[in-house]
Amino acid sequence: MFAIFLSIKSLLPALRLAALHGQQAQSSFPSPPISWNLFDDVQTQLQYAFMQNAYLAGAIVAVVAGVVGYFVVLRGLSFAGHALSHIGFAGATGAVALSGVSMFGLILNIPAVFGLLVFTVVSAVGMGILGKRIHGRDVAIGIVLAWALGLGVLFLSLYTGYATEAYALLFGEILGISLQDVLITMIAGAITLVAMAVLYRPLLFASFDDEVAEARGVPVRFLSIAFMVILALAVSEAVQVVGVLLIFALLVTPAAIAERLTARPGRAILISVLLALGFTWVGLFVAYYLPYPVSFFITTFAFGSYVLVRLFFAVRGRFVRRPERVLEGKLA
Amino acid sequence: MGKRMHEMTDHTMSEREAELQALPISDKQLDTTAERIKSRNRDSIVALEGAAAQLGARTIWSQATFQVTPGEFIAILGPNGAGKSTLLRVLLGLLRPSAGRVEVLGSAPRRGHPAIGYVPQRRTLDPDLPVRGRDLVMLGLDGRHWGFALPGPKRQKQHLLVEEALAAVGATAYADRPVGQLSGGEQQRLLLAQALVGQPSLLLLDEPLASLDLRNQVAIANLVARVAREQGITVLLVTHDVNPLLPVIDRVLYVAQGQALIGFPDDIITTESLTRLYGAPVEVVHDSRGRVFVVGLEQELMSPSVE
Repeated sequence: MFAIFLSIKSLLPALRLAALHGQQAQSSFPSPPISWNLFDDVQTQLQYAFMQNAYLAGAIVAVVAGVVGYFVVLRGLSFAGHALSHIGFAGATGAVALSGVSMFGLILNIPAVFGLLVFTVVSAVGMGILGKRIHGRDVAIGIVLAWALGLGVLFLSLYTGYATEAYALLFGEILGISLQDVLITMIAGAITLVAMAVLYRPLLFASFDDEVAEARGVPVRFLSIAFMVILALAVSEAVQVVGVLLIFALLVTPAAIAERLTARPGRAILISVLLALGFTWVGLFVAYYLPYPVSFFITTFAFGSYVLVRLFFAVRGRFVRRPERVLEGKLA
Repeated sequence: MGKRMHEMTDHTMSEREAELQALPISDKQLDTTAERIKSRNRDSIVALEGAAAQLGARTIWSQATFQVTPGEFIAILGPNGAGKSTLLRVLLGLLRPSAGRVEVLGSAPRRGHPAIGYVPQRRTLDPDLPVRGRDLVMLGLDGRHWGFALPGPKRQKQHLLVEEALAAVGATAYADRPVGQLSGGEQQRLLLAQALVGQPSLLLLDEPLASLDLRNQVAIANLVARVAREQGITVLLVTHDVNPLLPVIDRVLYVAQGQALIGFPDDIITTESLTRLYGAPVEVVHDSRGRVFVVGLEQELMSPSVE
C-alpha cells in the first residue's frame, strides 16, 4: 500500500504538468464570449472538428451509459462497474508499456484501448461467472481494484513520456477525440445497444426476480455473464469521456435518478439516457467557455441533479402524507 | 407402513376416479372446470414412482410414489430441511431426481414449462425495487422471450391477460405502484398474479403464507383455492402451518424423515401415523376450533434447514 502511495506521489508532478497543459490548451483556443443566443453559440462551437467529435462521441457514450447504467443500478453492480474501469486502467497502461518493447525482432505496438478492452472483458467474465456471489463481496472487489490501480501506476512508470495520456485515461479527455475514435465508438456503441435490445426482456426478468425467471426457463447464468461483458464494453467507451475515476457520473448517476423518478422500466431507461445525454452535452457546452476540464462539469451537473431530486423527494415526503403501510408480522 | 400407505393411495384414487366418471358428458351440461378435467383423459398431473432427490451426497428423500389428479389442491407439509422445496425444484426441472420416475403434465420435468406457474419462497421484495406490480406480472407472461415487445394487437392481448390476472387476485387497485411500497399480502397477490397470468395447468407455491399475518394467510389461501377451482388448476402448496389451508385442501403430502406420504389430512395428520413416520413420540392435538397442532417435534426443529 505504502509503495503504491509513494509511486503515485512521484508521478504527481508529471500529472500536474499534464493537467496544466490540458487547461492551457483549452483556454488558449480562440473562444468568443458566450452570446446568450443558444443557436449561435452551438453553431460557433460546431465549427471546430474537435467539438464535433466531442459532441458525437459524447452522445454515443451517453446513450450507451444510460441504457446499461439502468441495469447496473438495478442489479447492484455499481461497485463492480467501478472496479472494471480501474482494471481497465491497468490494461490500458500495460498495453502502452508493452508497446515499444521488442519481441523476436518486432516492435509491439498495442493500442491502449485494446489493453483496456482485454482486461475489462476478462474480469467481466470472471465476475459474471461468480454470479450472485458478487453481492456483499465488495471487500474482495475493492482489494482487486486497488491492486489493479497499483499495476497501472507501475506500467506508467515504465513508460515515462506518458503523463498526458495517463491524465486522459484517469479523467477523460473528450476534447482529444479524433474522427477515427468517433467511428470506433459508434461501432462499439451500436454493438452494445443491439445486444441490450436482444437481452432486454429476459435480463429485466432475471434482474427483478431471478428465482422465478430461472424456473420459467430464462438462462439466468448466461445473462449474468453476458451483461458483465456488455458492461465492460460500456465502461471502455465511457472512459474516453469521463475517464476511469469518474465513470460513475455517466454510468450510475443518471440511472439512479431515473429509478427514483419512475417505476416503469421503459420510462426509466429513457429518462436515464436523456439525463446522461444532458449532462454530457451541457457539460461540453459550458466547458467551451470556461478554462476547466469537461469531466468536472459533467460530474458536477450529474451530482447536482441527483442532490436536487433527493431534496425534492425529501421535502415532498414531509408535506405529503403517504398511505400507511400495514406492517406484516413475520413468522419463522 | 409402506403397504398401508399404498393401499390408502389406491383407495383415494378410485374414489376420485368414481367422482370424475360420474360427471355428465353432455356438452350442454359441462361447466368449464369439468371440461378441463375430462379433457386431460384423467391423466395425472404429477406422478412419482420410487423417486429420490439428492443434494450433493445427501439423499433428501427417496421411494416417493404418488400421483396428483387434475384439479386437486395439495398441501405439502413437513419440518424444515425435509425436502419440500426440493420436491418443487424436481417438478420444475431445476433438479434431476437421483432415482425413480417423475412425470409432470405427461412428460419428464423440464425448465420453463409454459403450463406451470411458480411462486418461490421469499420473505418480502426489496423495498427499493423500481418496478410496478403490473410490469412484474407482464414479465411472467413474456419475460422469457428475447428482445422487447413491439406494440400491436398481440401486445394488446397480453395487456388484457395481465389485467385479468390482476383482477383475479384483486390487485388492480395497486398494480401501478412500485412493489416495494406494498404490504406483504399485496406483494403476495401480485406474485400469484404473475404465476397465474400464463394460464397454467399446475401451480406450485413455496410457502406463500410464511411472511403474512393470519388474516392475510386465510385470505390468500381462499384466493388460491377459488382461482384454482374456477380455472381448473392443480395446486401444490408448501407450507409450515396447515391450519389456514384445512378448509380448502383435498389431500396432504407429508414430507419427513426421507419419505413422502400422501393422503387425506385426517389420515396423515394423526398421532399414530406421525409417530410411526418420525419413530418418536409425536402427538397431534385438535383444539376447539378444529385446528391441528403437531407437538413433540422439538428435535426436528433443531435440525438445519437444507433449502
